[in-house]
Amino acid sequence: MTFTLENLQALLPLLITCATTIFVMLAIAIKRNHWWNATVTVIGLNIALLSSYYALKVIPQTVTPLFVVDGFSLFFSGLILIAALGATTLTNAYIESFKRNREEIYLLITIATAGGIVLSFSHHMASLFIGLEMMSVALYGMVAYTYDRARSLEAAIKYLVLSATASAIMLFGIALIYAQIGSLAFSEIGAGITQEPSLLIVVGGMMLLIGLFFKLSLAPFHLWTPDVYEGAPAPVGAFLATAAKVAVFAVLVRFAILESNSVLASTPFVITLIVVACISMMVGNLLALKQNNIKRMLGYSSIAHFGYLLLLVLVGGQKFGIEGFAVYLTIYVITSLAAFGVVTLMSQADGKRDADMLSDYRGLFWRRPYLASIFTLSLFSLAGIPLTAGFIGKFYVVTAAVGAGFWGWIGLIFVVLGSSIGIFFYLRTIISLFLAKKHMHRFDAEINWGQRTGGIMVLGAAAFILVIGIIPNPLMFIAQLTQLLWVAQ
Amino acid sequence: MLTWLILIPFIGGLLSWQAERFGSKAPRWIALFSMILLFACTLNLWLKYDYSLANLSAGQSVWAEEFQVNWIPRFGISFHLALDGLSILMLLLTAFLGVLAVVCSWTEVKRKVGFFHLNLLWILGAVAGVFLAMDMFLFFFFWEMMLIPMYFLISLWGHKAVDGKGRVEAATKFFIYTQSSGLLLLLAIIGLVFVHYMQTDVLTFDYADLRNTQMSASLEMILMLGFFIAFAVKFPVVPFHSWLPDAHSQAPTAGSVDLAGILLKTAAYGMLRFAIPFFPNASQEIAPLAMWLGVAGIIYGAFVAYSQDDIKRMIAYTSISHMGFVLIGIYSFNQIAMQGVVVQMLAHGISAAGLFIISGQLYERLKTRDLNKMGGLSSRMSGIPPIAMFFAAASLGLPGLGNFVGEFLILVGVFKVDMVVALFATSGLVLGAVYSLILVQRSLHGPAQSNEPLAGINARELTMMLSLIFILVWLGLYPQPVLDTSAAVMNSIGQLITSSQSIPAAQ
Repeated sequence: MTFTLENLQALLPLLITCATTIFVMLAIAIKRNHWWNATVTVIGLNIALLSSYYALKVIPQTVTPLFVVDGFSLFFSGLILIAALGATTLTNAYIESFKRNREEIYLLITIATAGGIVLSFSHHMASLFIGLEMMSVALYGMVAYTYDRARSLEAAIKYLVLSATASAIMLFGIALIYAQIGSLAFSEIGAGITQEPSLLIVVGGMMLLIGLFFKLSLAPFHLWTPDVYEGAPAPVGAFLATAAKVAVFAVLVRFAILESNSVLASTPFVITLIVVACISMMVGNLLALKQNNIKRMLGYSSIAHFGYLLLLVLVGGQKFGIEGFAVYLTIYVITSLAAFGVVTLMSQADGKRDADMLSDYRGLFWRRPYLASIFTLSLFSLAGIPLTAGFIGKFYVVTAAVGAGFWGWIGLIFVVLGSSIGIFFYLRTIISLFLAKKHMHRFDAEINWGQRTGGIMVLGAAAFILVIGIIPNPLMFIAQLTQLLWVAQ
Repeated sequence: MLTWLILIPFIGGLLSWQAERFGSKAPRWIALFSMILLFACTLNLWLKYDYSLANLSAGQSVWAEEFQVNWIPRFGISFHLALDGLSILMLLLTAFLGVLAVVCSWTEVKRKVGFFHLNLLWILGAVAGVFLAMDMFLFFFFWEMMLIPMYFLISLWGHKAVDGKGRVEAATKFFIYTQSSGLLLLLAIIGLVFVHYMQTDVLTFDYADLRNTQMSASLEMILMLGFFIAFAVKFPVVPFHSWLPDAHSQAPTAGSVDLAGILLKTAAYGMLRFAIPFFPNASQEIAPLAMWLGVAGIIYGAFVAYSQDDIKRMIAYTSISHMGFVLIGIYSFNQIAMQGVVVQMLAHGISAAGLFIISGQLYERLKTRDLNKMGGLSSRMSGIPPIAMFFAAASLGLPGLGNFVGEFLILVGVFKVDMVVALFATSGLVLGAVYSLILVQRSLHGPAQSNEPLAGINARELTMMLSLIFILVWLGLYPQPVLDTSAAVMNSIGQLITSSQSIPAAQ
């Protein structure tokens, strides 16, 4: 096994992210200063993001049997980095008032980001598992970071136990697949999955899928989501909802759709995937209906969104599937960053809890008009209303499904039902921003929130939602990068 | 030029939102100015072109003015606006009622004036977009966009209903009804685009291209139903109407004016412009059903209106009744009836707006919309009672006023196509007299609740009312200019049906 320079160049985003972790560690060791440590993190992640441009020049590229770098992986590693950057800037605004050590959370963020990038590069079960664990373990720490709050600790333990169980199930599934096929590479496993797969493959494959579904919080494996979202500090919630999900979804799509095409032809898997997508749409939207907690509501809404997304990938086919997936996921990430960003800006790490109750936001529009407008915009975008980017995403889903025949139409019924229900709770949240407040507000964003790093990020996200909602062409163009695929021999 | 028709309200809305920091007067004046500007622009467009000359054969569209730039080439979507006789009339109505909506909330709305006008103007901008869009994606874009400001208008500045139901509930109901039907519309649009794509390998959302799509009868029916149901909810056709009374009774006056005057018309416009030309055969098939739904709406609306205590709910139900006439007119595919539809839409827009403004004025004075608490108002105030009487008369279809012309033309046209439908629809005129008179009776006549005199009409209100009265009388006495404007378009739609049908409908 020889490394060429091109190999390393292709791996640049991952290498730089890992290096950033070390630099941040050293930076903390040299001087414990919040601003300076955060700056090192942000610079490192930015360089990693920029290096994607150089990596783009040498793709497609296989690096060891574990990694593959092509348009698809670079697009999603870029998206993970953007999400991580967003979460970092939010953390910076949020953690400032934290009484204990503030700096280590950046370490955890960079480690989790590196794990995410490994996932998006991997086309081998070993790298999949390493990436997943690297990300999850760092996430446990992040969720528990404000451990003075009982909720934060509770969420972390819940996440730890359930996630470890899911990982174990997944590992067992991988072992079963290996027992049948004798290889861990995606492409060879893909070749082994035929239209009528053997029982071992079906069971193993299902167990593998269960593990991934769990991480994506697709129903019926979603039970941890609302609790963890509620308990985690708001910026960590943002990371969890964006970067972590993108990474897992990217690897799922690479495994199930790009490299083993026949997964889509083998009946048990297709039915499972479609059913999970449909249940997720319904469960997510129905359970969000009566939520008074914004973070829980966003958690449920993410379940529904991943349901739409799964449907889109399944029925999209060559023309729209992968491109639509990239567009939808990007829009979802930016929108979630904006929504969680507002929650973060309203909250402080030293408070007893985050500003996550609906009542905390009553009348926000009349106190902080722009912040409330951004929140409104992002909620409309999540609901998929025109003029916001979310509509473009929904448009892709519907377009893909209409052209997809029977399964597409079944899915569409759920899409229509789900989004009709969804509108109710998005509206409910939105209108409370505008209603006159009944009591003193306990939470408020700082008056100069717009000039702080987190605020600028949120403003940028809002601008993205609006601009892409009106002129989606640039995003579609970039998303077509994902078509530059490495082809399995 | 066409782009400006959409941009003026949007920019005006943003300006008046920001102008609130200069006091509550500034947003009103900016909104009023931009509405007058919009009205002047549409009036200019109306006078500039001769719409009657566009002599079309079936299935063709000739635009008086057109504007097209690429928007999302990936999906063959373009920013395509076009103007013809039907759109200009609808735009005139939009702009005119827009001016009125601003004026009638001059004193009614006191809280958050800037944001109110932002929403009000954005509704109008989006509606102008709906009337101009000739790209299905763009149309859907505006179609959905007008819901959001309307939602805010009802939920933030609305009133509590007489029976205590909250305004937020009403607004949410409105939004969910129209939004889910909008999703159906989106599905049908994309379905149509895909059928076209399969045939020609060209992905396009353009109106003119999609009109040439060939499809099997069953597919045509399914897609047509998608369009039909979406428009029927907005219309509202009777089984889908339950959002309307709630939304109306809780909305502020300006919201009701926009809702009854303009938003309902977008549905009728959508049927005329899209549902029928895209799917002439399926429309032909569904026509008897649609006409009977129209009849059901006429009779049901009238009966329910009669028993309402809330004056705005009552007017809302009369709207359902009047829109029933529009529905049977559209689906009779008869040239005369379709011309009647245009007049009826304009006249109903004006008369419903007049009634809603009156009830808004009564509410400002009495602080109630409950008819039980009115009575004897003729003796307590000057100015408003005779005007209320006038609009009630218009609503019952008094000859000489616009509504009469509309309903008469529709009935004459429908009579030739289906006599039984016409017969039942005519009962709407009788029932219309009943509910209009009961409205007058309960509010204006009878024993007064107190002897305390109420403020009479002021100059602002009088100007508004007189302008409405003038238009209604003009439509009633000399509707020819309107008929000339829409004749070409209606003719081409009518021909589309006659050319596609094997047996002539008029037997």
